[in-house]
Amino acid sequence: MQSIPILKMGSFLLVSIQVDMDDRTAMSLQDDLTSAIVKHRAKGVLIDISSLDVVDSFIGRMLANTAAMARILDADTVVVGMQPSVAITLVELGLSLKGVRSALNVERGMELLKSIARDTLAEADQADAGYES
Amino acid sequence: MAESQSTVLAGVLREHSDEIAREWVRLQQNDLTLRNNLLRAGELEQQCREFLAALVNALQNGGGADVLRSETWAPVRELLSGISRTRARQGFTPTETAMFVFSLKQPVFDLLRREVKSDELADISWAATTVLDALGLYTTETYQRGREEIIARQQQELLELSTPVVQLWHGVLALPLIGTLDSARTQVVMESLLQAVVETGSQIAIIDITGVPVVDTLVAQHLLKTVAAARLMGADCIISGIRPQIAQTIVHLGVEINDVITKATLADAFAIALTRIGLHVTRKNAPRREAAAE
Repeated sequence: MQSIPILKMGSFLLVSIQVDMDDRTAMSLQDDLTSAIVKHRAKGVLIDISSLDVVDSFIGRMLANTAAMARILDADTVVVGMQPSVAITLVELGLSLKGVRSALNVERGMELLKSIARDTLAEADQADAGYES
Repeated sequence: MAESQSTVLAGVLREHSDEIAREWVRLQQNDLTLRNNLLRAGELEQQCREFLAALVNALQNGGGADVLRSETWAPVRELLSGISRTRARQGFTPTETAMFVFSLKQPVFDLLRREVKSDELADISWAATTVLDALGLYTTETYQRGREEIIARQQQELLELSTPVVQLWHGVLALPLIGTLDSARTQVVMESLLQAVVETGSQIAIIDITGVPVVDTLVAQHLLKTVAAARLMGADCIISGIRPQIAQTIVHLGVEINDVITKATLADAFAIALTRIGLHVTRKNAPRREAAAE
């Protein structure tokens, strides 16, 4: 079974899926990723699926679940590089990945994660200010 | 129609074919229905002579056979369908096209009255009427089919033409939808939009539905699907061009489009798209005027 590498970039994790996903790979990725988020105290996860030509309902749900798990562990998830045909298939399957943010490519995804992190910081500051006054 | 009658008919027609052709052409030209601007006289005469020759041939070789189905009549049918298809394309009315065959009746009957013995006249006239009526109806049918082909082709062209994706600004796409959205068109729209998102790296797509006449639950669902697919590719969608009636329909139908940004006009949508990508529009000479005031 192939395992998918999880790279750390600052406070974000980068997962680039370059192999055909089967169900077991997907499950072990979920395990590895949740452990890695806790270990590195990551604030965001970037999942690159640009080399996936086929995404079935299982992988689709796995992505949504991973995002939900990461959310609980206080990390935002951005899925990047989805192929047009994959997007159409997911929508036709009724999986619009409501809780997951998406971006066109890794670069855009990184910008999105950074802006989310900035917003969160700003909100925290405001909350602190409100508490003090 | 009996063999003997058709042979007699064929004989009479062949003997006087020149006369009939002349009379027939003259009749059609006098007829108000003939469009001189669409058809040259020489062309008409040629068509008439060819048709007469084919008709005589078919009558000779087995007039008893079925006019609409038999092999003997195939050349006549072919000739007629050629003529009516051309006329359908040229813009003739169905009546004008059918009159091509029906106007042959008068010269033929005049001739028969002169040439055939009175005790046979009724039978032969009936035989001629049957053949010409069948051929006339065949003309109309082919004409109809020609028209339907034109309609089908235009539909296809419309489908291809009706889904342009335009780039309004770097990173802002617009998709002006014209006409009804069905599943087939939604598929085409979705594919071309997502392709354009990849090619231009756009973050925002504006779907303008000013040209969509009716929005029912199905159309709304198609729209939402397109929006969801674009979102998966990292592009936000704005729906613009919502007319008052359409807003009412959407609410009455209970369609949930709360997740999507909607704007009344394309201009509003474009303004918010520019804000989203961090740009704003200012008047070029505004600061200068302020400076002058000071």
